[in-house]
Amino acid sequence: MRQDAPYFNLPTVRTVCCIHLSRGERLFAPTINDMNENLNGDIPPGEYFWEGNEAVAEGAIRAGCRFFAGYPISPSIEIMERMSNRLPEAGGVFVQMEDEIASLGAVIGAVWAGAKAMTATSGPGLSLMAENIGYAVMTETPCVIVDVQRVGPSTGQATRPYSGDMMQVKWCSSSDYQIIALSPWSIQEMYELTVQAFNLAETYRVPVFIMSDAAIAHLRETCTVPGMDELAVLDRRKSPGGPHFGTDDPRGVPPMASFGEGEALLITGSTHDEFGYRKTQDPNIQKKLTTRLNEKILRNADKIAQMEEYLTGDADTVVVAYGIAARAALAAVKQARNRGVKAGLLRLKTVWPFPERTIHSLKARRIFVPEMNRGQIAQEVQRSARANTAVFSITRVDGEVITPGEILEAVLS
Amino acid sequence: MEHKLKKYLRTETLPTPFCPGCGHGILMTNILRAIDELELDFRNMLFVSGIGCAGWIPSPHYKADTLHVTHGRPIAFATGAKLFNPQLKVMVISGDGDLASIGGNHLIHAARRDTDITVICANNEIYGMTGGQVSCTTGEGTYTSTTMGGNPERPFDLCRLVEAAGAGYVARSSVMHTRPLINYIKKALCHRGFSFIDVLSPCPTHYGRKEDRPSPPEILRDLMKRCITRQKAEDSPPETIEGKIIIGEFVS
Ligand SMILES: Cc1ncc(C[n+]2csc(CCOP(=O)(O)OP(=O)(O)O)c2C)c(N)n1
Ligand SMILES: [Mg+2]
Repeated sequence: MRQDAPYFNLPTVRTVCCIHLSRGERLFAPTINDMNENLNGDIPPGEYFWEGNEAVAEGAIRAGCRFFAGYPISPSIEIMERMSNRLPEAGGVFVQMEDEIASLGAVIGAVWAGAKAMTATSGPGLSLMAENIGYAVMTETPCVIVDVQRVGPSTGQATRPYSGDMMQVKWCSSSDYQIIALSPWSIQEMYELTVQAFNLAETYRVPVFIMSDAAIAHLRETCTVPGMDELAVLDRRKSPGGPHFGTDDPRGVPPMASFGEGEALLITGSTHDEFGYRKTQDPNIQKKLTTRLNEKILRNADKIAQMEEYLTGDADTVVVAYGIAARAALAAVKQARNRGVKAGLLRLKTVWPFPERTIHSLKARRIFVPEMNRGQIAQEVQRSARANTAVFSITRVDGEVITPGEILEAVLS
Repeated sequence: MEHKLKKYLRTETLPTPFCPGCGHGILMTNILRAIDELELDFRNMLFVSGIGCAGWIPSPHYKADTLHVTHGRPIAFATGAKLFNPQLKVMVISGDGDLASIGGNHLIHAARRDTDITVICANNEIYGMTGGQVSCTTGEGTYTSTTMGGNPERPFDLCRLVEAAGAGYVARSSVMHTRPLINYIKKALCHRGFSFIDVLSPCPTHYGRKEDRPSPPEILRDLMKRCITRQKAEDSPPETIEGKIIIGEFVS
């Protein structure tokens, strides 16, 4: 990970992308061939001027993703378009499926056939994927799902940014489970967090989500592709003979196997023992499985959680933000400092599992949570914060990117 | 002497959960017979099934790679596995409700794409596992737990459906016609591209009960009588074949 990112040079989003977003079209759409890239296999290290969706696709290929199945939906489409061009070059497989249910199904099938695999969608497609997300959790199938969020409910505003799926992504499938969700704020992070998403998926055998949105997906910035040895890529842990579905360690993650390896894999979404045998009436096995599927994430939450703090050292006012809203939050914090407010920013790169302990450790008098929704993560902050900390939600629900001015106004009030 | 099909089974999972008189067990055996006669490498086979009694045919019984997935979606999962590893021999075995009602979209699209998989529909013309509700293959007028006044809807002819969608091998048989059934399965497995077999497999417990049928043997004999070969159907006047199930190869 780059530790020296030029945070203070990040422009706020309005200046960069909202002009073309509000026109409902992209200012310019260079084809892949127009760009200065070597398209055979991996992109060479260097600087690229990418939009978020392109950076996600390239990050996936760098991470070893060799299978993509998807169904077109704005504002995620450029991811599948780029994957359809790039995967064949990289020796992978692209398929456009008949719907999002089939897309995630095909991804899971390909993962068990040995692939690292990804799909990309938006809120309505995520809703369709819900049942198979539960299946991926239950069968401990590593996979990456990009949610390029738009305004809803339902078809809503297909090309406008929103952060309305922060709860859907956590809770959309049935019963008790955990997932991992990352929230990038720059094109650089779209690339790097996609690589990390694959690494986390392999480490914890869980679906990992990239929570993008219509603004960051179409924002163009310079993205530095690091050298081959500068970015860790984790491969699948395998252990012939298994067991592939359990360990005695309540936070443990069993190794996997692939089809065709002679393992006679028994994979099911029904409750199963560590060898995959269905045990649908045994309360002890149900309890053990439910516990481990949750604890393997929750008890490793501190290892998984990534966040960055700016000027929080002496801050009595902390803005907790994620995704594109964090860019406006950073600008607001700097402006508040200029006006004498001891403001700081805690930026969440990992939203799920929620970093409760970090929030609880904040000794601020006031916490502000700016979001492009009606306060979904503010509720999480509220329940994690200390009793004597006042938590305020700053919301924007009109499909526009939240501005530094709105946050500053709240902080100064 | 050990049964020659035993090596294909996780014997610790036996006996099967199928009811007395259920056709799914017969189908389970005859798929293995076809594989055995073809001398396929079982370790290189992947069986994908959905939710329902029929989903239990390969999983957990077959000692090969098995993927038991969400209701209606086995073809989608199979598509991903086959596309990523074309070396795998992939067979989908699932019920009529799973493959054609909730999963019908995946069925026609796999046929259209000509995905190189074999799909076997264990068709009991009902939702067996959930207690005998009407399915998209239940005949008109049939009594089920959700059509107590008789099914007002028409059933799908699954063979014509996948044929229209572009399937390269299409056949229908029943668990009472095992020799042709085994032959069709062998031909489907040898076909490159999408192949489909509709296999009538009676459900005495639910279909039989609501229809007030007396006993499993009688239901099996009745199925025997309902089926006529494609050749015979073509040679008979239309009114004499009404209500009959036409078996045979439709695309080969
Ligand atoms: C999404 C979803 N909806 C409903 C069910 C309940 N369900 C389980 S099996 C089944 C029907 C199975 O019928 P079929 O595929 O014909 O198999 P059979 O039991 O008849 O062999 C249904 C509706 C489910 N498991 N998942
Ligand atoms: Mg059925």
